[in-house]
Amino acid sequence: MQPNIKQSLDIVSLVSIGQHPQSGRVRRAEQDGRAVELGMNLGGDNLTVLHAGDPQEQALRTYAGMGLSSMQVLNLDTQDDAVPALADYLQQLRPDIVLTGVRAESGESSGMVPYLLAEKLNWPVVARIADIVSVEDGVAEVMLALPRGQRRALKVALPFVASVDNAAPEARQSAYGPGIRAQIEPLAAVKEEDAVRSNWSEAKAKPRPKRLKVVKAKTAAERFKAATAKPQGEAGKVLKGVPAKEQAQEIFNLLLEEKVI
Amino acid sequence: MSDVIRRDPRAEWIARNRLHPLHGTIAVGDDAEVRGPSGLLRKNPHKVGFIGPNGIKRIDRLKGNGAASGMGRRSSGPQEVQLPLHSVENPDFYIVVVPDLVGGRLTSQDKDILGQAHKMAKDIEGKGAVVAVCFGESKEENYDTAGVDRLIHLEGEEYEGFSPEQRLAALVQVETSLQPKHWLFPDSVNGGTDLGSRLAARLGERPAVQAWQVTHETTVSRGASQSLDITRETPRILMLLEECADAIDETRHEVKAIELDSVPRAIVQLQDQGQVAVDPNAIPLAEAEFILSAGNGIHNWDQFHETAAALGATEGASRVAVDDGFMPRFRQVGATGTWVTARVYLAVGISGAIQHMQGIGQCDKVVAINTDAGCDMVKRAALSAIGDSEEILGELLKLAQEHRANKGEEGEQNAA
Repeated sequence: MQPNIKQSLDIVSLVSIGQHPQSGRVRRAEQDGRAVELGMNLGGDNLTVLHAGDPQEQALRTYAGMGLSSMQVLNLDTQDDAVPALADYLQQLRPDIVLTGVRAESGESSGMVPYLLAEKLNWPVVARIADIVSVEDGVAEVMLALPRGQRRALKVALPFVASVDNAAPEARQSAYGPGIRAQIEPLAAVKEEDAVRSNWSEAKAKPRPKRLKVVKAKTAAERFKAATAKPQGEAGKVLKGVPAKEQAQEIFNLLLEEKVI
Repeated sequence: MSDVIRRDPRAEWIARNRLHPLHGTIAVGDDAEVRGPSGLLRKNPHKVGFIGPNGIKRIDRLKGNGAASGMGRRSSGPQEVQLPLHSVENPDFYIVVVPDLVGGRLTSQDKDILGQAHKMAKDIEGKGAVVAVCFGESKEENYDTAGVDRLIHLEGEEYEGFSPEQRLAALVQVETSLQPKHWLFPDSVNGGTDLGSRLAARLGERPAVQAWQVTHETTVSRGASQSLDITRETPRILMLLEECADAIDETRHEVKAIELDSVPRAIVQLQDQGQVAVDPNAIPLAEAEFILSAGNGIHNWDQFHETAAALGATEGASRVAVDDGFMPRFRQVGATGTWVTARVYLAVGISGAIQHMQGIGQCDKVVAINTDAGCDMVKRAALSAIGDSEEILGELLKLAQEHRANKGEEGEQNAA
C-alpha cells in the first residue's frame, strides 16, 4: 500500500552494521533495513541514509544495494560515541522524520539512540512503529506495533524520531552491482570517546541456566505427591443446570472483564 | 542427689487403682508411650490409635506425615498458610519497580523483578523498601505476596491507553520525591523497555538493558543480539530480562500506599487514536491473545466460524477437529500443533487430552463449554458452562452481535 503523502518529506534513516545470528558475519541489520525500506517508500529521493562509524565497512554496500545513489557516513572510530555526532549532524540537517531500528545487532545494542537523539533535539519519539500511513499538514499518522500482532494508531506532529519494528514491511532485496557503484560520502564528525564503556568487560554470551522447578516440600509424602500428581489449579466456577442464556452471559462478562472484546 | 531412678510403690499403686481418690492427680498422661519408673519405655496398647469413622480402631503409623485424617473428620483441602510479614518501618532507601501490568495483573516477569529488587535491597546497607509504580486500572490482588512494600498507584484517564509521556512525567516526579537507589524495568515489548529508555534519556543516566545477572555491585547484560555478555558496574536504571531472579514466595509484604504530590500534566505530542482492529485470523496462533478453540463437541461449524468472527477471536482446534478435516492443520493447538500463549482461551467441546493441556499450559484464563462436567478441561478452567455447545454458542453469538451494534451506535454518536 502506498502511503498517503501530501508534502515532500526529508527523511533520515539511521543504519548500523548487522551481525548474522548464526555465522556472526557482518550484514545488513534486519530492522535498519526495514527503516531504509520505509524511508524509501515515504521520501523517495529525499531519503538520506546515515551511518556513524567506519566508511570503509563492506556491509554498508548492502544498504546501498537497495537502490540508493549515495550514503552519508559520519567518520568515527570504534570507541567513539555515536550520539553526539548524530545529534550534531541532525541539528544542522533538520529533517522531518528520523527512522532507526529498535536495537542494533552489534555492540551494546541498548536501543537508546532514538531516545537520546529525541531528548537532545527535543522531538517526540515513537517506539516500534509498523508503518507510517499518511502525512498531512505536518501531522503523521503512525501505526504502532503492539505485542500479539495488535496495532495502535497514533498521530504525531513532524518532526519526530521513530524506531522501526520487525512488523514493518520487509526490506527489499539488495543488488550487488548498484551497491558497489553507490557513492559513500565520509563526513567529518564530532568525536567524543565513550569513556564509560572502556570499563566494561565483554565476553561471549554464556547460555542462561534454565529455571528448575523447585518443590518446597517438607515431608516425603508431599514430595511424592508433587512428583506424581497432575498439577491442578484451584477449581473454577462451574455453571451446571443453568439456562444457556445465563451461561453465555456469564462467559461474555468474563470476556468483557478481560478486555478481549 | 543421685540420679538413680527410684520406684515409688505407693504412686504405682495409686496409678493402677482407678478408684483411688488421688488417681486423677497421678495418672499418667494420654501418651501411649511412657517412661516407666524403672526407666524402661512402657507402651499402653489401649491408647494407641483412634476409633475410625466406622467404629473400627485405626493405628496411624505415618508419624504425623499423612494427611490429617484422624478424629473421624475429613479435612477440607489444604489449609491456607499465613506467610510471615516483612515490614519496613522507616526505609533508608527505595528501589522502584515499574511493572508492565499486562491486562491489569503482574506478569511472571514483573514478579521476578520484584524478587530481584528484594535481592538487591538485602545486599545494600540499611533497610530498603521496594516500591511498585502502577499505572492505570489494576486487577492484581496479590501485591503483598509478590513483594511490594510500597505502592504508588496512578489512575485516571490521562494514564489510560497509550500514554508514555504522562507516565514519564509521573516517574520524574517519583524520582524527585523518593530519590530511589535503583529503577528496575522489565525489558519487554509490553512497554517496559520504552518507559525505561524514556526515563534514562530524561535523567541522563546510562541504563543496562537486557540485564540478566544483577547484584548491587555488578551487572551482566546481553548485547549484540544476545551474543555478548557485558559485565559492568550496576547502573541506576536497569531493564531486566525474564527469569532474572526468583520471585518472592516466602514472605508477605505491607503494600503501603504512597501518595504523590500532584503530577504535572505532560504536553502530549503523541495523540493516541486507539487500537486498530486487525484480522484475528492473520495473527499467528502462538501469539494470539484470545483464542476460540473447537473440538469434537462442535457440530455446527458455520456457527462456530461466525461466533469467532463476531467475538474477534483467533480460531484454534483440537487434534480431532483437524483430523476430521474441519479445520486446517496449522490451527491445531497442543503438543503436535502450536503451543499457545493466549490470555483467554475459550475451549468449546474439548474434553482436554493431556497433549492439548500441554499446549495451553501458558494460558491465563481458560473457559470451557462442554457437556461432560468431569472432564479435564473443566477442571483446568476458571469458568465452565455445562451444556449443549450449539445452544450456548448461539446465545454468545447474539450477545456479541448486540455488543457490536451498541458499540457502533456509540461510535456514530461520538463522531456526530
